[in-house]
Amino acid sequence: MSQVSMTVNGKSASGEVEGRTLLVEFLRENLGLTGTHVGCDTGQCGACVVHVDGKAVKSCNMFAAEAEGAEVTTVEGMANDDGSLGTIQQAFQDHHGLQCGFCTPGMVMSAAALLSENPNPSEAEIRDYLEGNICRCTGYHNIVKAIMAAAGQDVSHIAAE
Amino acid sequence: MYSFDIERPTRLADAVKLLSDASEAQALGGGQTLIPTLKQRLAMPEKLVSLGAVDEIKGICTADDGALCIGGGTTHADVAAGAGAYPALASLAGNIGDPAVRNRGTIGGSLANNDPSACYPAAVLASGATVVTSSREIAADDFFDGLFATTLNEGEIITEVKFPVPEKASYAKFEQPASRFALVGIFVAKYADGVRVAVTGASEEGVFRWSEAEAALSSDFSAGALDGLSLAGDGMISDLHGSGDYRAHLVGVMTKRAVAAAG
Amino acid sequence: MPADGGIGAPTPRREDVRFLTGSGNYTDDINLNGQAYVHFLRSDVAHGTINNVDTSSADGMPGVLRIFTGADFAEVGGIPCGWQVTDKHGEPMQEPAHPVLAQGKVRHVGDPIVAVVAETYEQARDAAEAIEVDIDELPAVIDMKAALADGATKVHDDLSSNLCYDWGFVEDNKGAVDEAIANAAHVTTLELVNQRLVANPMEPRVAVGDYHRANDESTLYTTSQNPHVIRLLMGAFVLGIPEHKLRVVAPDVGGGFGSKIYHYAEEAFCTFAARAMNRPVKWTSSRSEAFISDAQGRDHVTKIDLALDADNNFTAIRTETYANMGAYLSTFAPCVPTYLHGTLMAGNYKTPNIYVNVKAVFTNTVPVDAYRGAGRPEATYQIERVIDKAARELGVDPIALRRQNFITEFPYATPVAVEYDTGDYVATMDKLEEIADVAGFAARRAESEARGKLRGFGVNCYIEACGIAPSALVGALGARAGLYDAATVRVNATGSISVMVGAHSHGQGHETSFPQVVAEMLGIDPAMVDIVHGDTSKIPFGMGTYGSRSLAVCGSAMVRATEKIIAKAKKIAAHLLEASDADIELKDGQFSVAGTDKSVAWGDVTLAAYVPHNYPIEDVEPGLEETAFYDPANFTYPSGAYACEVEVDPETGKVTIERFAAADDFGNIINPMIVDGQVHGGLGQGIGQALLENCAYDDNGQLLTGSYMDYAMPRADDVPFYAVDHSCQTPCTHNPLGVKGCGEAGAIGSPPTVVNAVVDALQSGGHNVTHIDMPLSPSRVWQAMQG
Repeated sequence: MSQVSMTVNGKSASGEVEGRTLLVEFLRENLGLTGTHVGCDTGQCGACVVHVDGKAVKSCNMFAAEAEGAEVTTVEGMANDDGSLGTIQQAFQDHHGLQCGFCTPGMVMSAAALLSENPNPSEAEIRDYLEGNICRCTGYHNIVKAIMAAAGQDVSHIAAE
Repeated sequence: MYSFDIERPTRLADAVKLLSDASEAQALGGGQTLIPTLKQRLAMPEKLVSLGAVDEIKGICTADDGALCIGGGTTHADVAAGAGAYPALASLAGNIGDPAVRNRGTIGGSLANNDPSACYPAAVLASGATVVTSSREIAADDFFDGLFATTLNEGEIITEVKFPVPEKASYAKFEQPASRFALVGIFVAKYADGVRVAVTGASEEGVFRWSEAEAALSSDFSAGALDGLSLAGDGMISDLHGSGDYRAHLVGVMTKRAVAAAG
Repeated sequence: MPADGGIGAPTPRREDVRFLTGSGNYTDDINLNGQAYVHFLRSDVAHGTINNVDTSSADGMPGVLRIFTGADFAEVGGIPCGWQVTDKHGEPMQEPAHPVLAQGKVRHVGDPIVAVVAETYEQARDAAEAIEVDIDELPAVIDMKAALADGATKVHDDLSSNLCYDWGFVEDNKGAVDEAIANAAHVTTLELVNQRLVANPMEPRVAVGDYHRANDESTLYTTSQNPHVIRLLMGAFVLGIPEHKLRVVAPDVGGGFGSKIYHYAEEAFCTFAARAMNRPVKWTSSRSEAFISDAQGRDHVTKIDLALDADNNFTAIRTETYANMGAYLSTFAPCVPTYLHGTLMAGNYKTPNIYVNVKAVFTNTVPVDAYRGAGRPEATYQIERVIDKAARELGVDPIALRRQNFITEFPYATPVAVEYDTGDYVATMDKLEEIADVAGFAARRAESEARGKLRGFGVNCYIEACGIAPSALVGALGARAGLYDAATVRVNATGSISVMVGAHSHGQGHETSFPQVVAEMLGIDPAMVDIVHGDTSKIPFGMGTYGSRSLAVCGSAMVRATEKIIAKAKKIAAHLLEASDADIELKDGQFSVAGTDKSVAWGDVTLAAYVPHNYPIEDVEPGLEETAFYDPANFTYPSGAYACEVEVDPETGKVTIERFAAADDFGNIINPMIVDGQVHGGLGQGIGQALLENCAYDDNGQLLTGSYMDYAMPRADDVPFYAVDHSCQTPCTHNPLGVKGCGEAGAIGSPPTVVNAVVDALQSGGHNVTHIDMPLSPSRVWQAMQG
């Protein structure tokens, strides 16, 4: 066991981990941040996406020890300071971009990463960027629509599709 | 996963030493393949030496001879963003896996693993690149050694890959529908002294050069020059996602598309 | 009220806030004090005899608490099957034992043999590797037809063969069907495979068993679509725990699609072990484990004949299907290829003679059970593919052929034992032609061809039976349970309401849509109504959520309970207003005396119910809480028409979905936003089946598609925006809301639509391709083009 320290959602966090402890395990089990989910064991589903030093990563595909000193943001850190939903979260609710909610944390984190890289993505760019996030409920329609809306695009024509 | 220790050196020399000191030590690049492998308990290292904090093997620069040099620890995302001098290579890097994978996975890790369906081996082989390690330089033609095998020695770390920049190049990938790895991927690179064509995803022997296509394209760099050329399905990977014949067919199709895209 | 937020409003979902902020409470988020972890050592061979299990090397390993083997379960009941099918000779199906841990044999890769309980998950897994299991491998039974051959290896030694049942439906129709086919002007025949799928909800299964010795109470937290069903099956048939000592909680559940209906061995194990060890025991499935332990779906091999007369009227349908049960009978497995499939073989068409034969077969594969649509996708796929093939053979327009044969008068009694109460197939087809812009297809095809691509158009109609089901009917057909549902409406003193429902929401948005109904009925703000679900200690009873039944059945129970509330409240209001309760009207949350300006507010009446100072105490009990159980009179019959346009790359065989349109008739709609989302999700899964997904085993029974590296899940760039319309509404005639159910439609209607479109594209390119089995992967499409 060794000590690991990082900043999670703006607060310092530390704990004892094994070499094999994954970042997602540290978040869920040591810190009790259960918003980040595990949906597969081959790195494809993306339910575990968090930001490490501002970049989207799969927290089930990174060891906790490798996040030593890093700035980590999880879905729990995405709301506004007053507790209200952030822009992307609000767009997901407004446009029914989630159903069972299990893939949602990863979707929100990937969407945030996309919009920080590309503030006004096209539909095709959004679909391409979500290659590593699998949703089984929504058929993706409303996820893509929500991200377009979060980017400030007019999505009213999509409702009529 | 089996239990193991993890080390996080900040200097290359320390990483090399850590790898040589322990009998069952393994280097950890971005971990995008190694960690799933460990989860399946298909590997049992005593020690993982993470290269993630070794800054001296990260980054992109241009050598005096014009070659594009990419540190072994450079992520796919950084190559996609920073290899503008070699657009086909940047484009390839930008289509590996997904954004989160590209933020962790490294060129050195990918090459050391030499997955038969990975993208980078095709670029390295088609570019006639040089793989620089912690102890020597290895020409691309001497580096790949079959499925998941390379000529790297135990504990040898890829520190840099030097890519001669071609006049024209393109990578055309046909994705396996599930993994999104290359069912067939073709990297075509045209240099002053000839054209190199490398094929990934298709062969049971791993990445290879398609010499007939190289010859045809060296005399006429156009998709039409490939008319009549084909590969046999024998020796091609045959699985749920496509027969050997299908892969052989795709090699022809995707090579033409790569040439057309290279312009 | 409710001007907004009542029936018909696209109210945003209230449950979203917790899911979007990481505050959900999924089963894996539950950790109990003193919790131990179990790892199951599973068979790595498909079929074998267990000679010996030696756990001695693992016993003393770090953290190991206890190791369970089959011997520990020798006296424990097996996992029960909830449906008994009677075969065409009047004999009951063959029903094998299904032990919690293997007893003497293993029958599929993933069959659990040993359970190791340790202080940590990794310690349990470490110890499991030290256990030596000596197995004599037997030949694996994989192919269904080979499984039925004389002398085939038997999956279950104590059964007479690998045949579970040979079912004929309706047996009395057979002669007339054979005759109609013999006398037909044209017969179209099609052999097809409806491939095996894996449900793949994004949340893998989890079970946490807990036990309190002081009161002898067991609790199971589990990823279930129906906690009461689990309590019933596990308590009564497996572990012998009476209901009042067994609580089953299904908290937030990350999708189910059928795979979380069933009672699984891991649930029984964790409950059993927690009791045996007097401490909580947790199991969390990995995705790899899910691929070899979650019940899988579909897996039918079918030959269908469609007979037509000289005027292209359908005269008969005859089908013969082999349905894979896997190694054991999962909870509802036997009814899927029979009563959820055979009864739908009329489709939307007035075919007078229909006969369905289904042979259910045991194989050394993971058990198969209902997956989104369950039997109805298999029926629809056959009918709609064979109609499309017939249209091509006859040179008639596929839409015209369908229209010509539509059922147009309701109620309509089919030759396969069900009665459609209502529908309007012409209207949905009209709507489809509009939203799919059929008229513009030719121009779009020309544009695709100019780019070297083939473009195809496919159309499809579907009918489904939802809202399962009248208990007496399903009882007669072999169900070992009633299929009613229940709701308790608890009105609090201040007028707020908790509604305890037997339906379980794992993505469907009940917490939002159910209050819309109650609020509309009472004329109050939906925010005053909360839904409670997923905990047997809190809700009266419930058969759960599957088969698009939640609103049609449980919602009806909720309506009935609310009606009782209104009736009682009117008596209280009448007392307060000094009027006859027959004269009391409830509107906008106010009780008023008809024809007067006298009224009393909802909150005053509810307060009086709990503070009965001025109260009709001799006639009316205090309090305001009512329960209703609702047993539906019939299935509901949603229907629709779908269209798809694809592009095929003729050089690679890659298919791209360019446009998809769905015109559905779900009857009345409570929340159109949620309904749209349900259709989108079904379409995503149906397109996944058509183009991508395939659960494949090799000849030795090894799963070839055991992870997302090989099992192709649909991703965002595999699908387009969908054009969805549900403005055609013929309300269900027999439930109080007039609702039909919308959860499965997309998954039922889309696979044949896509395949029809691809065949159309290939034929437009001069390829004489009449059928390709799903998934229409690039390699399969390319192979088909090679002739």
